[in-house]
Amino acid sequence: MSKKKLATVWLGGCSGCHMSLLDIDERLLELLKLVDIVKSPIVDTKEFPGVDVALVEGAITSDEHLHEIHNIRKKTKILVAFGDCAVTANVPSLRNPIPMKDVLSRAYIEAESVDKGQIPCDDAILKLLPRVMPLHEAVKVDVFIPGCPPSADLIFYVLSELVNGRIPVLDKERLRYG
Amino acid sequence: MTPLAAPTTTILVTIDEKTYSADPGETILDVCKREGINIPTLCFLEGVSTVGACRLCLIEIEGTRKLLPACATVVAPFQKVKTNSDRLKKNRRMTLELLFSERNHICSVCVANYNCRLQDLAHEVGMDHVRFPYLFPDCNVDGTNKIYNIDHNRCIMCTKCVRTCDEVEGAHTWDVRGRGFESRIIADFDEAWGTSPTCTLCGKCVSVCPTGALWHKQSVQNNMKKSPEMVSELTAKRGRKG
Ligand code: SF4
Ligand code: SF4
Ligand code: FES
Repeated sequence: MSKKKLATVWLGGCSGCHMSLLDIDERLLELLKLVDIVKSPIVDTKEFPGVDVALVEGAITSDEHLHEIHNIRKKTKILVAFGDCAVTANVPSLRNPIPMKDVLSRAYIEAESVDKGQIPCDDAILKLLPRVMPLHEAVKVDVFIPGCPPSADLIFYVLSELVNGRIPVLDKERLRYG
Repeated sequence: MTPLAAPTTTILVTIDEKTYSADPGETILDVCKREGINIPTLCFLEGVSTVGACRLCLIEIEGTRKLLPACATVVAPFQKVKTNSDRLKKNRRMTLELLFSERNHICSVCVANYNCRLQDLAHEVGMDHVRFPYLFPDCNVDGTNKIYNIDHNRCIMCTKCVRTCDEVEGAHTWDVRGRGFESRIIADFDEAWGTSPTCTLCGKCVSVCPTGALWHKQSVQNNMKKSPEMVSELTAKRGRKG
């Protein structure tokens, strides 16, 4: 059996889900016998390659994320919403009920650490979307793993199922928001 | 409530293919609780009046196309009840998804995380995501009370607080304003909780609230514990049941 190709992606999240992924510790070695991690924040690849499984951490917060998730969807067989931000929009969505100009002004002008700040507006910079969204509002998602972050054991279970060609089922013993 | 005349007959009802005897006037939920049949509930609270508002406890009764709330449906002779059909399971999940999409439930930063009836039910029904778009309403947190907070982001409008405050504490500080998506729990005439002349600071509303909407200021993320049974025990001791 040829090795499966795995990508892990970090969109609008805190990287905690990736930390939890690393927490599966030596079991990573077992997994690596069955998969190649071909794209990840810890792998230096520029273009997103075609993969069997992509774990996507984080919500969609900007035009860049939106572009990225559509590209990932095109090149991925099984797209996994990895963690609460990807599944529910979670903490990044706290800004959604607040008008954008207030959010930006709080961060770039009013914040205690800022001295004579201004709101960045260069065209080269990504544009925040009016509303942060979970992955499945933008693309079709095949597997959802809630959790902030999902536990290492849960991630190991999900990956083991996926690399063995099964779709993991998260029943009440395994589901865990927050 | 004045005691009814002693029941003269016993009613036979069939629930999920098994037959049970029940007293006239009992609800299907009463029978299920006694017999250890699990029906999820959110707005039902033993000891205060029943409103049938959350629709989590819906059941099927043979011969009726409508789904009926187990908490507010009284047993009838030879009723055939289903509590766990595929139709009901679908419905429960959908009801929960609607509750989650209607307010801002950010479990990871919520005081009720790990101690939340709404969250427990989401796990129980296998809600791995919410299919409806989140509405992200602009909701207040009223922190004016010196001991407690109310966070409307987490409120599911079960009205347990309203009924408990009125029927058990006798203060009737809480009520509801608005309709549907716009409805909110209000203190007195929609005033700050902190200056409410009716609130006795008894904390019963906080105890019965099933989510992170009402909480003690001392609670921090994940450490809030609720005790709705306190109110049920209290009313039982006063000799009252719903
Ligand atoms: S009230 Fe419950 S479901 Fe809502 S955010 Fe808090 S823990 Fe999650
Ligand atoms: S504040 Fe709590 S008890 Fe009151 S209606 Fe909202 S969720 Fe229910
Ligand atoms: S518990 Fe029966 S409708 Fe809410």
